[in-house]
Amino acid sequence: MSSMAFLKRSPWILHYDASSCNGCDIEVLACLTPLYDVERFGIINTGNPKHADILLITGGVNEQNRQVVKNLYEQMPEPRVVVAVGICAASGGIFRECYNIVGGVDRVIPVDVYVPGCAARPEQIIDGVVKALSILEEKRAKMKVMEQHSEEAGETA
Amino acid sequence: MTWTWLIGAVLFLILAPLAGGLIAGIDRKITARMQGRVGPPLLQPFYDVGKLFEKERVVVTTAQNFYVLAYLVFIALAGALFFAGGDLLLTVFAFTLAHVFLVLGAYAVHSPYSHIGAERELIQLMAYEPMVILVAVGLYMVTNSFYVAEIAAVVVPAILYLPGVFIGLAIVLTIKFRKSPFDISTSHHAHQEIVKGITTEFSGPTLGTIEIAHWYETVFLLGLVYLFFAWNPVIGVVAVALTYLAEIFVDNTTARVRWQAALKTGWFAALLGIVNLAILSYMTLGGA
Repeated sequence: MSSMAFLKRSPWILHYDASSCNGCDIEVLACLTPLYDVERFGIINTGNPKHADILLITGGVNEQNRQVVKNLYEQMPEPRVVVAVGICAASGGIFRECYNIVGGVDRVIPVDVYVPGCAARPEQIIDGVVKALSILEEKRAKMKVMEQHSEEAGETA
Repeated sequence: MTWTWLIGAVLFLILAPLAGGLIAGIDRKITARMQGRVGPPLLQPFYDVGKLFEKERVVVTTAQNFYVLAYLVFIALAGALFFAGGDLLLTVFAFTLAHVFLVLGAYAVHSPYSHIGAERELIQLMAYEPMVILVAVGLYMVTNSFYVAEIAAVVVPAILYLPGVFIGLAIVLTIKFRKSPFDISTSHHAHQEIVKGITTEFSGPTLGTIEIAHWYETVFLLGLVYLFFAWNPVIGVVAVALTYLAEIFVDNTTARVRWQAALKTGWFAALLGIVNLAILSYMTLGGA
């Protein structure tokens, strides 16, 4: 049963706006509309990091929400992946030189998939999430092996 | 002493999660179609729960796990009692106790979101509880029995005697199915509102357990609806399907109300039931 991967069929997303201009956020929400309907793939936009598998994050992180981003990431149960949506989330974009911008999500938490664009198109975002699914699956497999190892270690001890 | 009652209980314990998950899948599909979307695959609820059991078990307080397990056990017990043909009152009380455990589970964590969800769940409990007890009383008045097996075997159409009680039950079912306009403690759709109410602090396998308990709950409640039409199984099944369809329709066409309105509506439903029972008792006394 557990060898079957349900994770790929039911990725729940947490969307966080880390000082984006709102352009990418509108495109993220567009994915949920009847036109793109990501629920077809079992994708749900949850508001709770504890229920989420994928952290979809837009905008270059600023000094004030740096801790929030970290906090959200740490609250997500394993396995989890991070998708940086838009050029600001990738590198800080045009806000890169701003005094308060950290510059790219990967300065704060590890990022698995970068979705380029200003703003990223819904098709690209969905593409990025699909890419993230295979990484999620890899992480799950790794987690399972680790679990088995720790169980075996427990038995011999 | 026959053993047939055991068959009902065992069948419920095995088949109810399958049926409940399938109903949830159909629900999501119909909901999507009502919104002009394609919707997830039929088996999506099973994928979701399977996924939740694959996730890391993050526990905020260990007491949480105990309360959620108690929630599942008592929901399953209530349903098993019901499908074994047992006492309807006992079923209702076991059912209520199950939800008290869920509330305790949410209160076990120091999270304001979880606490708001727990408070709202208590309000919901207050809103629907009178009506659910009135269902048991009403069915007793028609069939002279609190035993589900005897109620189901009666040949009089209970719905004709208890239309008010049935409408009242249909109203509180909206609360129980966690559907709009009364999905105030947690909802199938509003994933962002006050985070996720009572389920905020539950994740992974624990959340999966809550979902399975909810499937049990759905099947049990639909069984309760069936009792009103038990004199004719065909009409019974059709009525259950139509009731659930109506709930989905209401879910998709109404906006969430405040808790005050939810409470008032729940008690209005109970009032409807009481008026129905008063008329019924007046008529039966006059007839006798």
